[in-house]
Amino acid sequence: MSDDRSGGLKGQLWETIEKSDLRIVVFTLGFVYILFAVLIVLEQGASLDTVNPIVGAWRQITFLAAAYGILALALNLQWGYAGMFNIGIAGFMAVGVYTMALLSTSPDAVSGMGLGLPLWVGIPAGMLAAALVGLLAAIPALRLRADYLAIVTLGLSEIIRLTAGSRDISQWTEEHLNFATGGGSGISLPDRPTDPIFETATGEALIDLFVIEVAGEEFELVSSSIVQRFTWVVVMLIVMLGVYWLLLRIGYSPFGRVLQAIREDELVAQSLGKDTRWFKIKIFMVGCALMGLGGILWQGSQGFTSPNDFEPVLTFYVFIALIIGGSGSNTGSVVGAILFVGLLFEAPRRVGSVIDARVGLDGAPGTFRGAVEGLTSLEIMPLLAYTLDNLAPLQFVLLGVVLVVLVQRRPQGVLGHRTETAAAADLTKRSPRGENNE
Amino acid sequence: MSDAQSVEADGSASEEVPLSGADIEPDEEKPLVVENLRKTFGGIVAVDDVSFDVEAGTITGLIGPNGAGKSTTFNCITGALKPDSGTVRFQGEDITGLRPDVVANRGLVRTFQIARALDEMTVLENLMLSPKAQLGEKMWRSVFPVARGEVIAQEKELREQVWETLEFFEIDHLAEEYAGNLSGGQQKLLEMSRAMMTEPDMLLLDEPMAGVNPTLEEKLLERIHDLREQGYTFLLVEHDMDVIMENCERVIVMHQGTVLADGTPAEIRADEQVIEAYLGENI
Repeated sequence: MSDDRSGGLKGQLWETIEKSDLRIVVFTLGFVYILFAVLIVLEQGASLDTVNPIVGAWRQITFLAAAYGILALALNLQWGYAGMFNIGIAGFMAVGVYTMALLSTSPDAVSGMGLGLPLWVGIPAGMLAAALVGLLAAIPALRLRADYLAIVTLGLSEIIRLTAGSRDISQWTEEHLNFATGGGSGISLPDRPTDPIFETATGEALIDLFVIEVAGEEFELVSSSIVQRFTWVVVMLIVMLGVYWLLLRIGYSPFGRVLQAIREDELVAQSLGKDTRWFKIKIFMVGCALMGLGGILWQGSQGFTSPNDFEPVLTFYVFIALIIGGSGSNTGSVVGAILFVGLLFEAPRRVGSVIDARVGLDGAPGTFRGAVEGLTSLEIMPLLAYTLDNLAPLQFVLLGVVLVVLVQRRPQGVLGHRTETAAAADLTKRSPRGENNE
Repeated sequence: MSDAQSVEADGSASEEVPLSGADIEPDEEKPLVVENLRKTFGGIVAVDDVSFDVEAGTITGLIGPNGAGKSTTFNCITGALKPDSGTVRFQGEDITGLRPDVVANRGLVRTFQIARALDEMTVLENLMLSPKAQLGEKMWRSVFPVARGEVIAQEKELREQVWETLEFFEIDHLAEEYAGNLSGGQQKLLEMSRAMMTEPDMLLLDEPMAGVNPTLEEKLLERIHDLREQGYTFLLVEHDMDVIMENCERVIVMHQGTVLADGTPAEIRADEQVIEAYLGENI
């Protein structure tokens, strides 16, 4: 994970980057952008036609990175700051998305049925619902040890997913309450609020920015659909920035100090007179609300959602992103999300298609046996083809290996030990004597 | 010392019969009064009908061999454990079975046998945690612009107090260090300064000298005496007989979950039962 630290960019350059958190994030994103540009050029050759797929890949990476960034920040609030082990992230996302959908989807949607209320009702309501479900999970678990919170949240997230998938519940609510989840076939979602921009002159001007003239003809450098979808990504980035700001405010404060103390040793916090229960409940609810928001911006922005979007594995992806970046660090959460999405989530597939395009592997063996048989006669092609053919499941192996290596070799994550300062003022400075005489 | 003390000393010297509750009136002079405290773990009786009190402005020692029930008594007083029966009164109010944070907020603050510094926080942050009812402990105040200004102002005031406390305990040179990097003895000092930052009325110190080198031990004792002179009350659980005998006005001896003796160091030294309990250990 530390390639970007040492990969030819040693010494001074790294020092300059390390000085500012924004620079770290921009550098990481830039690194991933360049990597993908190179991979796509390797796959499709360098021409003006390649610009569109490159920007498309950038959009996909930034979109997922922003989504995972928001979720990782929310998890950092609960786990990194207060040590609350929430492994029901997918469930809280689902509550947010489904609440928003039930309120804001149009009543005559193709699948599912909503009340057709505006998004400014639906989105806050989704966050509120996620917070309330968080409260529900936290109350019984508070009386128990930390591990039980994990079990409660995991169970709850599955209950939520299965409930959303229930055809019976959907039918019943459709008859009695005028909204429905659509059961296993999912629910249609309102359009992205940024889409109407592209029906105006501003939107068209934006799209025209990426149309250039080549040999007297107009050439669409970046397709209008990518520009349109990238605009939504910008909104997500702004929200992520807002969440980041919120976390800084919470972290750099007496409230955040108590959270850190709870994470370190709850009995000490109590023995100093802190009613830790309320601190934990509050932070858990805020974290869950942010997870709901993350879900809405992500799964809720794709026109359609179903229970399959909220499998528990999503929760573990968020954990991996946070662990890569370094639990406890806000900047780490964002950097971890970018690295996770770029290097672990999207890159293998991309590398696969580069190899496919360059080497041209046909007729991958159907079985693992067929793949390794060739090795006896030193033929690696069948194995390579088999690997590429099974990239999706093998990605899990990669994730597992990375996680094991990371936890063993660098448990503090890429950004290392960067616990945030737990105070609203710089503690190391002292006012000149006499200034603070009561 | 007062007559009350001699009465109790007589009472405890007489037999294993614990002090009867009637002897102990809630009194302003006695901030802490423990009556008939009992705590069992399964079949084991860890604390069996323990009664004692602590006088204001004194250093009282609680000693006893391993397994005598000292730490359990401590935990029952401070709310870390709930006693099975008996009462604990602090400054005239019943605090039996209250949560640790409630007990601490009443002004009865403890430290731990094995120093529990908050390792991943700096010494400064450790101390900043302590002051009670800080504005910024409300999340909204820490987040919203105008309210946050007040929080920052308070932080700056508290920062001064923290530095003064660090100077008092002579650990100001470690201020920016992570607490986990401190030595065991320094962590004990940190714990005590952290407890002092809560502005308590009374401090319960659980083996403050355990694992502390002699130089630091002396420093720690000096601070305790300084603070007592300022009017603080101390209850000290300690293993080290010499420390207790040299520094406490009054000593309570526990043995097998009961109070064996209660009196001045001189009385305790002469107590047959105590000598027996410590099996010839030189007191």
